[in-house]
Amino acid sequence: MINSSLHQLGSALRAGKISSVELTQLYLDRIAELNPALNAYVTIKAETSLDQARRADTLLAAGKAQPLTGIPVAQKDIFCAKGWRTTCGSKMLENFIAPYDAHVITQFNNAGAVNLGKTNMDEFAMGSSNETSHFGTVKNPWDRNAVPGGSSGGAACAVAARLCAAATGTDTGGSIRQPAALCGISGIKPTYGTVSRYGMIAFASSLDQAGPMARSAEDLALLLNVMTGFDERDSTSLKRDKEDYGRDLAKPLAGLRIGLPREFFAEGLAQDVAGCVNAAIGEYKKLGATIVDISLPNSRLAVPVYYVLAPAEASSNLSRYDGVRYGYRAPEYGDLTEMYERSRAQGFGEEVKRRIMIGTYVLSHGYYDAYYLQAQKIRRLIAQDFDDAFRLCDVIMGPTSPSTAFNLGEKGDDPVQMYLSDIYTIAVNLAGLPGMSVPAGFGSNGRPVGLQIIGNYFAEAQMLNVAHQYQLATDHHDHAPQNIGL
Amino acid sequence: MSLTNADVRKVASLARLGMTETEIESAREQLSGIFDLIAEMQAVDTNGITPMSHAQDVTQRLREDVVTEGDQRELFQSLAPQYKGSPQVEAGLYLVPQVIE
Repeated sequence: MINSSLHQLGSALRAGKISSVELTQLYLDRIAELNPALNAYVTIKAETSLDQARRADTLLAAGKAQPLTGIPVAQKDIFCAKGWRTTCGSKMLENFIAPYDAHVITQFNNAGAVNLGKTNMDEFAMGSSNETSHFGTVKNPWDRNAVPGGSSGGAACAVAARLCAAATGTDTGGSIRQPAALCGISGIKPTYGTVSRYGMIAFASSLDQAGPMARSAEDLALLLNVMTGFDERDSTSLKRDKEDYGRDLAKPLAGLRIGLPREFFAEGLAQDVAGCVNAAIGEYKKLGATIVDISLPNSRLAVPVYYVLAPAEASSNLSRYDGVRYGYRAPEYGDLTEMYERSRAQGFGEEVKRRIMIGTYVLSHGYYDAYYLQAQKIRRLIAQDFDDAFRLCDVIMGPTSPSTAFNLGEKGDDPVQMYLSDIYTIAVNLAGLPGMSVPAGFGSNGRPVGLQIIGNYFAEAQMLNVAHQYQLATDHHDHAPQNIGL
Repeated sequence: MSLTNADVRKVASLARLGMTETEIESAREQLSGIFDLIAEMQAVDTNGITPMSHAQDVTQRLREDVVTEGDQRELFQSLAPQYKGSPQVEAGLYLVPQVIE
């Protein structure tokens, strides 16, 4: 049961072979056993989850089930869920009980899914290793000395270790795709604007986008069907017709044009990762795809541009944590300014403070044009590179991450090295394009490798088709870590 | 790019982040490294390029000027931070240190 697809689980639930309560309890038992070592979850509310499962069982019994009814889904702790502690991985929100549901949570609730718990993450989604979480680092289930990636590290770990049927993540610069790659699972960041950001704690609003994380592309399609849709309450939510993201899964790939950006295979890419990605490309050729050599000349600037724009937006978004209305307040202070300064100094971790400072600096008087405006201009050049590339090809492929999972603590003291681990994912957020990662084998150290697939705007159904056909032809996505009690 | 401790102190103050002198020193080193990375941008000729602030070329939606949120003051006030054991609210207001003498 624990290795079943969401389709299989849904069928078993609807056929009465297992109840949602039994399935939820099965996962809760696994979490109780494995989470103390893996630290994928920060909050579990077993009774609340089981109540939701009971309601799902009533719907199932009444024949009113939807595809995800009764299925336990782990929610990244960036989504406000009414009555649930919602921390965003920060001491600042350590005791914050969300007073309302994020749109994503409402969508899952309306679909009859069970909220299985809140997953660990880098503080305010700022990190690529899950090491910035106030609640401790998450272990990579494939090798507990390795990071799971970040910022959706808890979600990726939970999916890989079979501690949930599926999970949600968010991706501002690679936070779904990079941990998906490092933990050997599948994840998709849809086109900016397709999933509402309402109730999703803001990091960099022009880049943040939620998406699903699961064990296969087929599962992702079902999850995306639930998560997407227009929402009045997010001013950047796009009004589009509801679509079935699984509609093209079965299409053959003959004639598919795959663009390989030269820049993604240049210096800095580990050989074992390159080997797996090239083998995947070979598999696509067998499936009838043709390869096109493309260039994204400005992609090398994506990391610098991102580290101006994302911190600038973050410094503004995080100004709301002032110790007054909610969150943390310092235990000792004199005047109002000291109350702000101490509450924020004690409530935020090092990486968050660093980014607030970068953002404050680049937006400050005298530096705005040289940094913020220049970065926005290069952002357009980066987006135009993709426009040009998509005239020559249907999808773009490359590595998700330049290496397999690095060791815990390995990049802790060097923020720049940490930032460079998102070198292949960031440009996609800047352009607002959809991107995904699927398992493509294992590196020389036995840790998973991810293949990144980038599509044109709103091409999610096509990308899922491309990923699904690869997963029919290969079994990388079916591998499970050792020592997870299977 | 090399920042000075005074630069860091000023930014920390603008961002309302209290920092000790040791923290300022270590932040200066790390921020200088990050600004070296960011400096790669400066060599790019962006004359005539329109800044891109957003992924989608859409205009801000407008809605009817009607109330959509109910009154949840009590719920929201119950979330106020505790200070010395009690939430900092009184008579529907949030309490902060006195700012006017």
